[in-house]
Amino acid sequence: MAEQRVKEIKMGRNRAMGPKPKLENPGKIFKRLVGYAFSRYIPHIIIVMIAVVVSVLAQVRGTMFIKILLDDYIEPLSKQSNPDFTELLHQIYIMAIIFGVGIISTYVYSKIMIYVSQGTLNKLRMDLFSHMERLPIRYFDSHSHGDIMSIYTNDVDTIRQMIGQSLPSLLSSAITIVSVFCSMVILSLPLTGVTVAMVVVMMFTTKKVAGLSGQYFLAQQKNLGAINGYIEEMMEGQKVVKVFCHETKSLEQFNEKNDELFDSAQKANRYVNILGPINMQLGNVSFVLCSVVGGVLAIGGFGGFTLGSLASFLTFNKSFNMPINQISQQFNSIIMALAGADRIFKLLDEPVEVDDGYVTLVNARYENGQLVESKERTGIWAWRHLHQADGSVTYVELKGDVVFDDVDFGYNPEKIVLHNVTLFAKPGQKIAFVGSTGAGKTTITNLLNRFYDIQDGKIRYDGININKIKKDDLRRSLGIVLQDTHLFSGTVRENIRYGKLDATDEEVIAAAKLANAHGFITRLPKGYDTELSGDGGSLSQGQRQLLAIARAAIADPPVLILDEATSSIDTRTEKAVQSGMDRLMKGRTTFVIAHRLSTVRNSDCIMVLEAGKIIERGTHQELMEEQGRYYSLYTGKKV
Amino acid sequence: MLKTLLSQVKEYKKASLMTPLFMVVEVICETLIPLLMASIVDKGVGVEGGNMKHIAIMGGLMLLLAAAGLAAGVGGGVYAAKASTGFARNIRKTMYENIQKFSFANIDKFSTAGLVTRLTTDITNVQNAYQMILRMCIRAPFSMIFAMGAAFFLSPRIATIYLIAVLALGCVLAIIIKFAMKYFTQLFRKYDDLNATVQENTSSIRVVKAYVREDYEENRMKKASENIYRLAVRAENMVVLNSPIMQFTIYSCILLISWIGGRMIVSDTLTTGALMSLLTYCMNILMSLMMISMVFVMISMSIASAERITEVINEEPQIVNPKEPIMQVQEGSIEFRNVSFAYQKDSKEAVLKDINLAIQPGETIGILGGTGSAKSSLVNLISRLYDSTNGEVIVGGRDVKEYDLDTLRNEVAVVLQKNVLFSGTILENLRWGKEDATLEECKHACRLACADEFILAMPQGYETYIEQGGTNVSGGQKQRLCIARALLKNPKILILDDSTSAVDTATDAKIRKSFTEEIPGTTKLIIAQRVSSVEHADRIIVMDEGKIAGVGTHDELLSGNEIYREVYESQNSGNADFDQTGGEA
Repeated sequence: MAEQRVKEIKMGRNRAMGPKPKLENPGKIFKRLVGYAFSRYIPHIIIVMIAVVVSVLAQVRGTMFIKILLDDYIEPLSKQSNPDFTELLHQIYIMAIIFGVGIISTYVYSKIMIYVSQGTLNKLRMDLFSHMERLPIRYFDSHSHGDIMSIYTNDVDTIRQMIGQSLPSLLSSAITIVSVFCSMVILSLPLTGVTVAMVVVMMFTTKKVAGLSGQYFLAQQKNLGAINGYIEEMMEGQKVVKVFCHETKSLEQFNEKNDELFDSAQKANRYVNILGPINMQLGNVSFVLCSVVGGVLAIGGFGGFTLGSLASFLTFNKSFNMPINQISQQFNSIIMALAGADRIFKLLDEPVEVDDGYVTLVNARYENGQLVESKERTGIWAWRHLHQADGSVTYVELKGDVVFDDVDFGYNPEKIVLHNVTLFAKPGQKIAFVGSTGAGKTTITNLLNRFYDIQDGKIRYDGININKIKKDDLRRSLGIVLQDTHLFSGTVRENIRYGKLDATDEEVIAAAKLANAHGFITRLPKGYDTELSGDGGSLSQGQRQLLAIARAAIADPPVLILDEATSSIDTRTEKAVQSGMDRLMKGRTTFVIAHRLSTVRNSDCIMVLEAGKIIERGTHQELMEEQGRYYSLYTGKKV
Repeated sequence: MLKTLLSQVKEYKKASLMTPLFMVVEVICETLIPLLMASIVDKGVGVEGGNMKHIAIMGGLMLLLAAAGLAAGVGGGVYAAKASTGFARNIRKTMYENIQKFSFANIDKFSTAGLVTRLTTDITNVQNAYQMILRMCIRAPFSMIFAMGAAFFLSPRIATIYLIAVLALGCVLAIIIKFAMKYFTQLFRKYDDLNATVQENTSSIRVVKAYVREDYEENRMKKASENIYRLAVRAENMVVLNSPIMQFTIYSCILLISWIGGRMIVSDTLTTGALMSLLTYCMNILMSLMMISMVFVMISMSIASAERITEVINEEPQIVNPKEPIMQVQEGSIEFRNVSFAYQKDSKEAVLKDINLAIQPGETIGILGGTGSAKSSLVNLISRLYDSTNGEVIVGGRDVKEYDLDTLRNEVAVVLQKNVLFSGTILENLRWGKEDATLEECKHACRLACADEFILAMPQGYETYIEQGGTNVSGGQKQRLCIARALLKNPKILILDDSTSAVDTATDAKIRKSFTEEIPGTTKLIIAQRVSSVEHADRIIVMDEGKIAGVGTHDELLSGNEIYREVYESQNSGNADFDQTGGEA
């Protein structure tokens, strides 16, 4: 979270000024965004538009009322010796009704917009998330988690701003400008000229000041980024700073950066701060000019310009300047929102994982020696193979027979990292991969469950090309325990049940016992109901591994992929993890990225990998006799 | 809290006082303009045949006021920028300064992420709030009071209506704010849940996909997202009342003024110009009220940030230099006398209990034990990274609490378990150990730590740039660089806290060999998980649950210490780390 916040600051979230993000096709994004947001809410939007118009018209009519009041009632009434106020009272009643309608309209459109904007955000979040869940692993490899998070937080927030605030306010400003402009033209053409001229001056100055401030804003953002980066790094290493008595030096460097930031921030802020007063006083000048010119006009009575007209016009003058300022403000926030929408749509446009598989996994049972499909859980699983040629269906029992046939793979086509990998595992066999970091051990296991697709060759699972198997079913048949354990927020029980959502409490406990996790779980303050948060941060590395093993155990898959942890955990927990893994492997085809001697020695076959190739294969005994790379790994002797 | 923060204004006191002053001038100008306008209407336009001269004079005066207002507004803006950014700079500096004095216990208390947030987001929040206070806190109430005063001057009767309207609107706004704030606080908490779900799914996507739990996760997300939807609608439903209520108040005022004011004009107790000014003041007053409520919300949102900042500024460093510190460590002997230690002073469960131990200068000591057996806690007391709760830790014949902290820490070099390299070249990183170290010295240290070979294999050798957090070197390389960095201090005592865990066993042995040969006089304490890392030490200490469970040579412990034997056997019966035997090149 902190990282997130830092990013926010680094981005210098000042909407009023500063350099605008560059967009390739803002019009297209805008159209798509509006379509996305409003297509579900067309009746709502129509009502909103009507309500906005009504609300603005009521306001304009209110200002016009001042002229009517002065010219049609007060002026004549002042001349009567015995004034009769019933007509005026009548007018006021009518105005009260008009105002009432205006107020109700305002309430109605604001309220509807809540549902439209929040509903859109809700849909947006869900669309983003469901799409993200279906993206291939590659996407997560090539995009930083911070950037993905930022889409959900910052970018969605800019959309909220735009839909909830900017668009309604733009609409209302535009309508206000048009109707106020018309009213002003009706009241007096020369005064309208004065007002519009002043607005042009205002826009010009705003542009000038914003232009001047641009470089300081850039400098401020740069310095803010620099100091925040420094803070992050130094806080991370604060203990090292202490150990090396580096405090003074660290403080010196910090002060330098702090002063630079102050310098640019002060200048940048200065420009933002003076823009407001400048525009306000220019507004006042406009007001003064109109009073003076209007006064002269009223004396001469040119074109029927009365005192009442002047009173109304002066109010219009104020209400004309306001929306124009508003529009320029909203415009910036819309640009921000479009930049956000651009990133959101990019994610939504990412192609999802393709799945052309048609072989599915079903429950099965034997009837008269024939494998048939079964609705209930039988403990026997079968691949349901629909032959496209003749529409016939065959069933193959799921056994866990895996064959890699001359497989090539690269994360990108130009750079192949695995070459001619050929291996086979009979059901129940244990295959160990050994080799130094980067040799391609993890990559091989990632191909089996199709996190990545191979470039060349074939992988067969129970004799079926895995490309033909539906990805979900393929993955359901494979259990996996990763080296760095990931747990989810929720209770311990929920985390184990992740492997099998409909597991009973007894099954959960049985799985925990098998994984050697039951003991420590019962010692937790709330046992199986202990809440884990932040990736199980309150548990030790070893305990988290035990939970991951239990999670795999409850899924009870015929084929298992294990990545043994290299990180040092203490000997006792290590023993527990070890025997938990051993029990889990029993009777299953297991691919294990091995770091422990015992695992390697007990394997049915050991693959020694180097630079993406299998350079040696065989049992422990055979490889030792071969005196090759394995021998040197094992004994530590150079060959 | 307020006092602490205000003490940070320092040299920006003048700017902080000038800003509201300018704002008041701006408000006065703004209030006077409608009054002059009334005069134009009444004495210029309203009189028979008109009075052009009066209109011109008043118009000129109004322009002058606008100019004065502009000057004041710009002045206020400039000072406000200076005051607020300067204030933020001082806070940042004071916080950072204090953090530099923090002991390990203080750092643990706040956590790294906590400190980063306080130094970044929280300061930005407070800076914005401070600027808001300077510019608006005085301006808005003054604008309201002046406009109200002018209204009373023009017509007390109508001004009374305003007063009632302000009070009524004020109450309603207060209620709205109170409820809205409550809902928004709940809403922000729910946002954290949502973010947690997204975070988990990005970092654990492999698990999600491996277990085919995409739909399950979607359901979780749906729940979180819909929770937010409901709360957001509820919160915004409160906020949405603002504008209709505001409109209602304004419209009611207009109608009342029209009715009462109209009758007053007819009966000659009010002029037309005054009526027009009163309408302007009505807007001024209500807008100021709106502004006040906004400022209030802004400030209350930044209070949490201000509190977090104050905590850091007011945090007392737990370990400080003694009054008359000893500036030299005589030799590298270490002694623990009845030492016990707990991370929190008031916690009942001590991490270390009754430790008695004496180590001779130049001895090599291995320390072995399970996680939580307090190996790190034991060695951290030696260079006073933490202070013992009871008993004394003696280094070079003197209590560690008598030494100058820098002197002690330079003579007792610790290679931490969780170690960090900083962005910069390898050479720059090494020179943390000794600022003026020559290239030759650095190379020598790297040779001792077996880092020389891989550094030279890098294209830019010692000038290779290390990324933030040392992400472009492997774990084992990082550890060796950290050891070399510590060696450059040329310390009397060297402590390695599980510092070779990612280094292969062969290199590990080489490092230990060079220690024995090249720095025999240095007392060496080596914490390890692997028996092979400690078995050749002069003595090995076996730690178990905060106590020393055995001290002796490898052979002695193997025959006499059950824990040691167990560990040894498990590691030699096929539990040793196979992969790392081969290790990195």
